[in-house]
This record gives sequence, structure tokens and C-alpha cells, in this order.
Amino acid sequence: MKLWRTMTWGELKLFLREPLTVVFAFGFPLVMLLVLAEVFGTTPTDEPTAEGLMPWRGVPPLSYYVPGYIALAAAAVGLIMIPAHLSSYRERGVLRRFRAASIPASTIFGSQIAVQFVLSALGGLLVLVASYTIYDIAAPSDAFGATIAFLFCIAAFAAIGVLLGAVMPSPRAAQGAGVLLFIVMLMLCGTGPPREVMTSTMNSIADALPLSHGVQAIQDPWLGFGWNFTQLGILTGIAVVCGVLATLAFRRQ
Amino acid sequence: MTLDADVDGPVIAVEHLHKAYGPTVAVDDVSFEVRKGEIFGLLGSNGAGKTTTVECLEGLRRPDGGRVSVLGIDPLAHPERLRGRVGCQLQESHLPERMRVWEALDLFAAAAPHPIDYNVLLDDWGLTAKRKAAFGNLSGGQRQRLLVALALVSEPEVVFLDEMTTGLDPAARRTSWELIERIRDRGTTVVLVTHFMDEADRLCDRVAVMDDGVIVALDTPARLIAASAGAVRVTFTAEGDFEWLTALDVVHRVGRHGAWVEAFGEGPVINHVAAALLERGLAPLDLQTERPTLEETFLKLTGHQLD
Repeated sequence: MKLWRTMTWGELKLFLREPLTVVFAFGFPLVMLLVLAEVFGTTPTDEPTAEGLMPWRGVPPLSYYVPGYIALAAAAVGLIMIPAHLSSYRERGVLRRFRAASIPASTIFGSQIAVQFVLSALGGLLVLVASYTIYDIAAPSDAFGATIAFLFCIAAFAAIGVLLGAVMPSPRAAQGAGVLLFIVMLMLCGTGPPREVMTSTMNSIADALPLSHGVQAIQDPWLGFGWNFTQLGILTGIAVVCGVLATLAFRRQ
Repeated sequence: MTLDADVDGPVIAVEHLHKAYGPTVAVDDVSFEVRKGEIFGLLGSNGAGKTTTVECLEGLRRPDGGRVSVLGIDPLAHPERLRGRVGCQLQESHLPERMRVWEALDLFAAAAPHPIDYNVLLDDWGLTAKRKAAFGNLSGGQRQRLLVALALVSEPEVVFLDEMTTGLDPAARRTSWELIERIRDRGTTVVLVTHFMDEADRLCDRVAVMDDGVIVALDTPARLIAASAGAVRVTFTAEGDFEWLTALDVVHRVGRHGAWVEAFGEGPVINHVAAALLERGLAPLDLQTERPTLEETFLKLTGHQLD
């Protein structure tokens, strides 16, 4: 336990000493959100799409985006920060050195996951504070439900991050793959254009991407549509499958 | 198995160890034992199989055949039982670039059941001034010294040092040697992987010479030299024929190399040659003896130079 605490605290400090990663992972989504807020504003639209759907689920655009960008904070940590970090540990022999000191793999992964929770929570908090400070928007209708969904979302992206770190051949590859996945998800999963205006192909791709499930899981209780157990179940499935695959991949090395 | 049963047995036992990477055989039927409190050397060129052997002992590689035990424990099957009892300095290993020196020691101390005060290690290994420096900003020698210090922070019973002095300047190498001797004097068993002859000669109680995956010789450095290199060479400059020196028991052969006379033999050759020369009124000022070195021994054992 003491080892886990020391390692987690040390890892957190290491992440915060990587200014570029931190700025990109936290700053880029925040800037995007503020641009979207300026463009689409805080009043709901009354013009339905050709299919008769109300863009932004009929709520003020910024209220639609804030829970989505909280989910995106977890994606930024899991896709941009963790894979490059873990694969550089692998490549540079840090993991071997830990193993030679008989540091259990569970401690290493346990502290990586703890770090993801802390960093994602920081990123989510940043989105929350910035948007509520600058704009006048309604409070979440079920803050507790949204928080629970956020935790599920973090768990899913933590497992994805560890899996990418395990299978990517080099830190460069991990960084590249992570950023690419992040951008694609950002564009399609309800954090770019509203889902209602996207083509059915775009929506099908979005449904295959984990972020869309994280966004919806948080958005539903936030906007008063109630807990979405289907999405929570999908996030749990992602966490379990990726977690098992990551464990197998690391054990093989 | 009880731990007491192993008190008088070897600290490390390797029996018929075999390890191949695809078609390349790295270690082929290697057996040896390391006794408590000795500095045991694995000497050989790059690719001789030294590191693979040690990695099997560290539990980092699975042997294809044979058995290894460290402190009576199989390092692969029960790594947790060796936690804190074994210290490792790996050859190809780094720490995170932005991790500070004290943070690394703090982390590895937290991983050990009974760590020592790492400030002592900082002092011993000349890192006190660098305690807040990031690993990425350390020089090669400083990194190396930190990695050795990390191997010692758990106060291990056995420590593996793989090419410990590579990248150190001559002064730092000598300091390291003294520190390693001090570690041994405290009762720690040291396994030293090296390709430096002077290091093996100076530090090791026993040396296993490895070549091409096999152990070609295993003994104390002095006995290795005596057994394989044989001749002592005494030289001096003088005119004339000195064939008569072969009458001395200790001289086997006399030769000439330009202005130099060379007398080959065994034992205290120089003493007898000096006395015999003096008897004839000769006292060459450049009379000197050249003992065979571990380097020559290695050359004879393996048929090639160390690289």
C-alpha cells in the first residue's frame, strides 16, 4: 500500500512535469469547447433537421457540450497521456527494472489507473469551472448520476490507455495512434457537430467508438434524461475487455 | 523448503542452464555455484551469454532448460520471496527522464521490506549534490552510479551488477571498486558481470570465463592465470649470449628480442636471474619482470581478444 502510494504520487508528478502533454490534453479540449460556446451559444435552436430531429437534443448547445467535454477529458488522458507514457516505460526498460525489484505488476497498473482517475477528474473539473464561470448555463439535473457515469467513462479509457501502451511497438507509435484516435472521436462522438446533423454513416462510426458511449452516459443524467444503464454496461464491457487484453499483452513480454 | 536449510549451501546454484533466442543459442549447459559473501565474476566478450545468464537469475528470463536458484528460491516461480533480498543493476535500463534522483531512491526504498537510509547511498556514490536532479539531466556516469545505488537500497543479500563501471571515468571506477568491496565486507554476495579484465582481476574472488554461451574456465583470477598463461618473462638489455641462464632451475628458455634479452620461466625468475647476473658483474638497470595477465589468460582460453 505504501509502495502504491509512493508510486502513484511519483507518477502524478511525472505527468505534471510534461508541460506539452498537459497543455495538449487539457488545453485543446477547453479551447474547442469555448469556440463551440461562442459559435452556437446558450439558447436552444428551434429549427429541426431534415429528419425532424432537434439538434443538440433540443437543449442549449453549451449544456449539450459540457458533459461531453467532461467525458473527453477522460479520453484525453487515456488516449494521449497514458499510451505514450507506458510504452516508453517498456522501451526504456523501466518496467523491467521494476520487475527486477519484484514490484508487482498489480501495483504498477494500480497506480497508472489511480493516476488516470486523478488526471481525468482534474480535466473534467477544468471544463466545469471554465464553462460555469464564463457562461450562464443550467446546473446538471442529476449531478450524482453524471459523476457515476464519469467514473465508468474513466475506467473504460484507463483500460484502453493501458492496452495501447501494451501493444504499441514504440512511444512514437503510441503517441501517434493515441492522438489520431482522440481527434476522430472528438469529431464524431457528440463533441464536434451535434449527432443529429451527422449522416447515418458518421453515426454508425461514432457508435463504434468508446467516447460516444461515455458522452451519452454522462449527458443523459446531466440533461435530465435519467441514468443510461445500456451505456454504463457498454463502458463496463470496454473496461473489462481492454483490461484483460492489456494484462495478457503485458504478461507476454 | 525452509530457509535455514540453505544457510551453508550456495547462495546461487545454476545447473545445466540453457537458453536460446530462436536459432541462436545464448547459454549452453552452464553450471556454477556462488558462495555466500564472495564476489563472483562472469567475464566474457559481448554476446558471450553473461547477461542472459544473470537475467535468468534475476527472474527476468525463463530458461529453456536447467535449473537456477537464488537463496534457495526459484526466482521465476516465487519473485515475491526474493523481494528486497536481491538487488539488481541491469545493463539496458533507464528511469523516467523527469524522475529526480531522490524520488527514484524513495520509490525503490518503498518497494523493499527493510530499506536502508538512502542518504547514505547518495553520499557513498557521490550523488548528494544531484539529489534533486532529473534522471534525464544526469551524466552517463551519474546515471550508472544511481542505478547501482538503487540496487543496494533494499540492503540485499545478493546483488547483481551488470557492466557496472561502463561509462565511468577511471577515478569513479576505482571508487566504485572500493564501494563494492565494502558491500562484500558487510556480507553481501556480489555477482559481477564485466568485460574489463582489470576489474575482474582486482575485485573477484572467483571468475567464470564465458565464451560463446559456455563457461570455459572457473577459478580464482590468480589460479586462472597460473594454470593457463604459465610463463613469467624477465627482460633486460645486454650484449652477448645469455643461453647459460637456462642452467637456473626457474628459467626454461632464453631468447633475444633486438637489444632485449628475454628469460621465460616460472616462479621467482627475476630474483634468480638478478643474482646470477650480479655474480658475473652485470647489473642491468632495466631488469624487469612481466607477469602474465588475465588478458593473456583470456586470450589463451578463448582464442580471441576481449572486445
